[in-house]
Amino acid sequence: MKNIVRMLLQRISLGLLTLFVVSLIIFLGVSMLPGDAAQAILGQAATPDTVAILRKQLGLDLPAHTRYIQWLGGILQGDFGTSIGNGREIGEVIGIRFANTLFLAAFAACISIPLALVLGILAALYRNSFYDRTVNVITLSSISTPEFFVAYILILFVSVKAGWFPSLSNIQGDPGFFERLDKTFLPAVTLTLVSVAYMMRMTRAAIINLLSQSYIEMAELKGMRKARIIVRHALPNAWAPIVNVIVLNLAYLIVGVVVVEVVFVYPGLGQLLVDAVQRRDMPVVQACCLIFAATYVSLNLIADILSILTNPRLLHPK
Amino acid sequence: MTTPAPSSLDQADAVDVRKISRGQRIVKELLAAPLSARLGVLIIFIYVIVALFAPWIAPFGESEIVGKKYLPWGEAHMLGTDNLGRDMLTRLIYGARNTVGIALVTTIYAFLLGGFLGIIAAVLGGWIDQLLSRAVDVLMAIPALIFSMLLLSIFGTSVASLILIIGLLDATRIFRITRAVSLNVVVMDFVEAARLRGEKLGWITLREILPSISAPLAAEFGIRFCFVFLTISALSFLGLGIQPPTADWGSMVRDTADLITFEDYTPLIPAAAIAILTIGVNFVVDWFLHKTSGLKDEL
Repeated sequence: MKNIVRMLLQRISLGLLTLFVVSLIIFLGVSMLPGDAAQAILGQAATPDTVAILRKQLGLDLPAHTRYIQWLGGILQGDFGTSIGNGREIGEVIGIRFANTLFLAAFAACISIPLALVLGILAALYRNSFYDRTVNVITLSSISTPEFFVAYILILFVSVKAGWFPSLSNIQGDPGFFERLDKTFLPAVTLTLVSVAYMMRMTRAAIINLLSQSYIEMAELKGMRKARIIVRHALPNAWAPIVNVIVLNLAYLIVGVVVVEVVFVYPGLGQLLVDAVQRRDMPVVQACCLIFAATYVSLNLIADILSILTNPRLLHPK
Repeated sequence: MTTPAPSSLDQADAVDVRKISRGQRIVKELLAAPLSARLGVLIIFIYVIVALFAPWIAPFGESEIVGKKYLPWGEAHMLGTDNLGRDMLTRLIYGARNTVGIALVTTIYAFLLGGFLGIIAAVLGGWIDQLLSRAVDVLMAIPALIFSMLLLSIFGTSVASLILIIGLLDATRIFRITRAVSLNVVVMDFVEAARLRGEKLGWITLREILPSISAPLAAEFGIRFCFVFLTISALSFLGLGIQPPTADWGSMVRDTADLITFEDYTPLIPAAAIAILTIGVNFVVDWFLHKTSGLKDEL
């Protein structure tokens, strides 16, 4: 047990360190920019005096490390600063946007994870069969497809021609849960189609890796039924890789939403980031990047922790 | 010593013979390859031809305005015109040159950077290895698309900064794989022998290690190219990548996207051009991986 706790603590502190360095990169990268927020707000016509006054108000005259500590301290209390573009509090906007993004990612995960696991396990069990090879070709193709291609095909056939689901997911205010599901259906299916292949291939590889172990062969030679071999012998050892696959996929979904959100005009964090990058609204860019990166780092951290916790060798030391 | 000319001729002959047999071997292997791989090779071949001869194939100039906006498909303009009245087919053909060309340059740059540093880290070890590996860990902790958007908003969206940024982010993956495969080779006897012979670092990396790791790296090149190509297309689609008036498939989808609501297939065509090339490359890589791993099993 002591071993596990030590490993977990090591892993968590490494994760925190990564987050710290990432925040440092995001902050320093932006402060390398020529000109600063004061200049951007006031525009070209501003006199040096007014810029200097605004700079003082915004605290831009302080040295970089003080500003970094203030920035990070503010974020930890939920204060992301104000947008250069419209002067609004970034925190308010980002909260709603991030919730929308999480909703979309969760919706996609509910479809894609069960699908990928079933397809992956089947492909592993019947490997090198016609089914396996067909699935291999299809997944290879779907990995290679840009998200917007899948999205526009779906819009054309499912939305414009058939008229089953709306092609725009412009959620405003608080629609009911079912209307929300209806409006986010196409983006969620797009994300599913793009991510399922990757997850399926990882599941297949994990299971095949397990099935080639000698204790599985032993169970087969004993004449055990196939179902029992899989449930009693293979699955306990397969949990770690499968859980890993699921969490990594969640990380992929949350980050992969950017393009899909733009196609469907879905008011999520990805769309906000793209808009901010186009307008070079640096405080918003910083905030979005930090949230995306933090989500990604923490999900990877959770994947590692779970794979430590589900590893039978670590749980039952000799 | 007395007759140096014939021996050098012999050598040239020998090289020639090896080249022919190698070419024949490639043809033979291709004929024996599975259908998907042959299809992939054919696709890549067609794209290369189109990219090389774009100005001769295309009916109009790259950013020439030839008619009204959003003309439908017809005789004069096979695929209609885009949001500014430029011929879609022409832009599609030039896109093969621009989009694929930029992706290829980026991948090569990423390979030179990541591959070089990866081998160096494996050969030298010690603090250089630690420093490079930790730096790569941090860069990889941020999702690539998000990081490239941050960097693009700092350095601006020009083709040069696009290549440098995407290449740098992609080099991290190449660094990892090169370092990993090189580490297996570095401990082998022939490298040890070369070291004891007193060979310099350049010799060891280029003549001893590089030949042994070229097979996995070649497959990786295909995979990385697909990633870079898709990333650049995604960024262009978002309006942050290749900028107008350069013809580029990602931005062409973006420019014509409104047509989709009128049951028009036009925006799907540049998107399909991206998808087909990536699928082709992936088929070839898949076959190659299967092949090289199979050979290893036999040995």
